[in-house]
Amino acid sequence: MSELGVSSISGTAIAIHGNDIDTDRVIPARYLKAITFSELGRYPFQDERFEPDGTAREHPFNRDECRGAKLLFVNENFGCGSSREHAPQCLRQWGIEAVVGVSFGEIFAGNCEMIGVPAVRARPEDMVRLQAAADADPSIEFTVDLDAMRITGGNETVELEMPENRRRSLREGHWDTTGILVGNAPTVREVYERLPYTSGYR
Amino acid sequence: MAKNTLYDKVWDAHVVTRLPTGQYQLFIGLHLTHEVTTPQAFDMLEERGLGVAYLDRTVATVDHIIPTDSMARPYADEQAEAMMAALETNAKRHNLNFFDFASGRQGIVHVIGPELGLVHPGMTVACGDSHTATHGAFGTLAFGIGTSQVRDVLASQCLSVDPLRVRRIEIGGALRPGVEPKDVTLHVIRRLGVKGGIGYAYEYAGSVIESMSMEGRMTVCNMAIEGGARVGYVNPDETTFDYLRGREYAPDESAWDGAVTHWKSMASDADAQYDDLVRMDGADIAPTVTWGITPGQSVGVGEPLPAVEEFEEADRPTVERAYAHMDLRPGQKMTEVPVDVVFIGSCTNSRLSDLRAAAEIAKKGTVAARVKAIVVPGSQQVKAQAEEEGLDDVFRAAGFEWRNAGCSMCLGMNPDKLVGRQISASTSNRNFIGRQGSAEGRTLLMSPPMAAAAAIEGRVTDVRELA
Repeated sequence: MSELGVSSISGTAIAIHGNDIDTDRVIPARYLKAITFSELGRYPFQDERFEPDGTAREHPFNRDECRGAKLLFVNENFGCGSSREHAPQCLRQWGIEAVVGVSFGEIFAGNCEMIGVPAVRARPEDMVRLQAAADADPSIEFTVDLDAMRITGGNETVELEMPENRRRSLREGHWDTTGILVGNAPTVREVYERLPYTSGYR
Repeated sequence: MAKNTLYDKVWDAHVVTRLPTGQYQLFIGLHLTHEVTTPQAFDMLEERGLGVAYLDRTVATVDHIIPTDSMARPYADEQAEAMMAALETNAKRHNLNFFDFASGRQGIVHVIGPELGLVHPGMTVACGDSHTATHGAFGTLAFGIGTSQVRDVLASQCLSVDPLRVRRIEIGGALRPGVEPKDVTLHVIRRLGVKGGIGYAYEYAGSVIESMSMEGRMTVCNMAIEGGARVGYVNPDETTFDYLRGREYAPDESAWDGAVTHWKSMASDADAQYDDLVRMDGADIAPTVTWGITPGQSVGVGEPLPAVEEFEEADRPTVERAYAHMDLRPGQKMTEVPVDVVFIGSCTNSRLSDLRAAAEIAKKGTVAARVKAIVVPGSQQVKAQAEEEGLDDVFRAAGFEWRNAGCSMCLGMNPDKLVGRQISASTSNRNFIGRQGSAEGRTLLMSPPMAAAAAIEGRVTDVRELA
């Protein structure tokens, strides 16, 4: 296992409720105009957290007692829509180290993996209970265990799921894939040379 | 498990190896890049001392951040200027094939790829944009990816991916008059849901798709991701080959027959097996308009808006949120809804056939008082062709603004945005809260003729009833 391996994450949790929360809601497009990811941790759910005049609204990401949460609890199809990696990047920089939900937009889940953030699934009824527990007491410490594929915390123990290949990639620290892919350059060249379109079909 | 589908054949031809994690290394035949999702990727490449592995399989253009009214540099928005400058620097440093303004071939990345003949049946395509499935119209596997994956493709021309299941969506019969490809794709999403496609590649098929133009097929595939499917495609046929012939990067005449033979061999076999099959009837599809905050929340233009109870319990909070945000009520008809802004453009609907269809409607009247209507061609070439046909004059005479090519009001990254609570009739692909640049703004998705009709009437209108 490399030093990048992710096997368990412990911390408090923050819950965002609702199905089909898209990445435009996670990070509005105007924040994608920066040419680095460095400031993004300030802006998760910016337009839901603040009125147009800048007044703070009631929102989990504005609650002082939620500050420092490492786990994000969501519902179905979280992170659907735009492919912007800025969505998991802004959550990660805010402090989120794992996302637990019923299901995820596919590109979002892949982007999470690419930056070493597990996106793991739980059953809908379990998710509702986990969210209720985190809402009621933001100081509860939960542990996401990628070996046992379980989350525990407070009075809850809940089974988790994720694609086995993704789990292994996170566990073994292979989520940063560039080196592995570049390492196979000779085989890549063979595939390239055998594809008819790379030589103009001649 | 699917067998002998186009998906399987393209996958098999592009697998490099199985990785230690169990994922597959897949060769990417065409990498389309643009200004928004590349600056961090190029920075990461440089940190690691890597370059672009396959320049001949990589192209760049600029579309998301550019103003569409004036192209004068520097841009008023300093961030947009910095982002454009970063792409120019990276293109120069890495010697990228960059379709900038001076090339005359700039435009929305999903418009210029096909238009230049870069996208061929049987390829794999990747782009740091979720609407990359557009290129599936040519019988490709086209993946929308994030910035770290852009880094991977630049460095290795490969992605690390898991295989998908394949769902064939067969749309039989024929479309009724006034029903457009946009209506077909909105109908599919409404029927199968915005998460129904998670884990699937969608194969769009049946007589409705077979008789559709390439531009129509691009509109259908473009919105696969809005139904949860990362990949959507149509099997290549004579329509595909006719479209490609003679384009700048299409095979030349001496290689043409060999290319077509290869392309035909990549199509799904008649006895291919699928993980799932869904059948729909083209005659059931009406001009469709969204009323909510996901692309699945739509109705046929004449239908009353649905009751909250019609939805599954888990989805009802989203439905309630949609009604509250949109300020609409169950039972209401969309034709009662006035619009403030009309946007005709985006990677979904900014091609010549879209502009022609909208112009036919624009000829019937003038833009209603207090409605702002803009037409944004998808590329410099689309713009030039439209002007040659006089479409710009038709639009201007009717009171529409005629702009330069870009993503414009689809996504709130450039000066074209909604303001406050404005409500727009838009030919783009997303009605998410805040999508068009105002957190309070509202978006109604529809086809180009429907959007043009809304501009003229000042409210959502059944284009079939427009005198």
